[in-house]
Amino acid sequence: MKDVREALMVGRNSEGRLVRRPISPFMLPFDYRLQMSSLTSIMHRITGVALGAGTLLFTAWLVCAASGESAFSVIQAILGSWFGLLILFGFTLALFYHFCNGIRHLAWDAGKGYELPTMHRSGMLVFAVTIILTLAFWAIAFLVG
Amino acid sequence: MAEFTLPANSKIGEGKTYKASGATRIKEFKVYRWNPDDGKNPVMDTYEVDLDKCGPMVLDAIIKIKNEIDASLTFRRSCREGICGSCAMNIDGTNTLACLKPIDEVKGAVKITPLPHMPVVKDLVPDLNQPYAQLRSIEPWLQADSAPPPDAERLQSKEERAEIDGLWECILCFCCSTACPSYWWNGDRYLGPAVLLQAYRWIADSRDEATGKRLDALEDPFKLYRCHTIMNCTQTCPKGLNPAKAIGKIKQLMLERQG
Repeated sequence: MKDVREALMVGRNSEGRLVRRPISPFMLPFDYRLQMSSLTSIMHRITGVALGAGTLLFTAWLVCAASGESAFSVIQAILGSWFGLLILFGFTLALFYHFCNGIRHLAWDAGKGYELPTMHRSGMLVFAVTIILTLAFWAIAFLVG
Repeated sequence: MAEFTLPANSKIGEGKTYKASGATRIKEFKVYRWNPDDGKNPVMDTYEVDLDKCGPMVLDAIIKIKNEIDASLTFRRSCREGICGSCAMNIDGTNTLACLKPIDEVKGAVKITPLPHMPVVKDLVPDLNQPYAQLRSIEPWLQADSAPPPDAERLQSKEERAEIDGLWECILCFCCSTACPSYWWNGDRYLGPAVLLQAYRWIADSRDEATGKRLDALEDPFKLYRCHTIMNCTQTCPKGLNPAKAIGKIKQLMLERQG
């Protein structure tokens, strides 16, 4: 579908000749300051995409587990390496962020938390709880396993 | 479609620098310039302004630049007290009214560009025809089938009147809509926070009887539901209004009427 705004990208100069207008700068974070509002929102998207990729990884782990001991030992070795653990740490970080900010979105959809001071506080709370949950998760994982 | 870079004709070059001489308190203003007559790309011109001989607001500075340094600088302004909405622009990375933005709130050089992601008419003047057309589309006037009382206006209780507080104050400067990433990328079909706040202003008005029709018109994956509660709109509103909350209320009404 063609963007209807295209028609406005053409203007006239002083002689009446058609000229192509520029589009004003907009890009985060260079032209538009990254604020609590846009930061938490864009991170929700990024972590959402990361969770999609992480779910593929989880599926790969399940497929390996189902297809036998040799395949399973390979994926266990990969995930157990420092690089694998780093990926898994990122996955849990994304999971807890998306979970916490998802609750924030639920509150908004229920009509609550729209005032600016509340929005800033809930954003900070999401960051704090994400870090706490992630660290707690790994602390328990290392203690148990 | 989401684009992340400016098209070739919109990339910004380095412009001229206008030095101030004999001033002690100098502030740099980096201002977006584009002239439809010279066939060139936009540039950022730098103006040094003597703060000892300038009013306190950013608008004072750009009027001073136009009067004393460079008469070709083009921008909209009218009331200089935050009620007309003409001087909406991006100052120091956020949208606001130049007349309400104190210069000393900005650290370092003051960067001024037109409202984001809009076609530029000249310098700091954006083409606002798209949001104006969208405003017309929500029919922003009182609609009622029942006749008004023969000898009086349509009256409201104090409570009914309070329902449109925080909505009627909107001056349609479009700082909010042009701060919204969703509006940047889907502004052809998404109405944007300013227009949706206006839509809710009539939905919330006890005298208006077209609520059902208004909600029907907004029941659309793009017009309303491209709002993802980013809240850049509320964050940037120079009048301290809350478009995000108004949009949230429309979404709630949509749910409630489904029963």
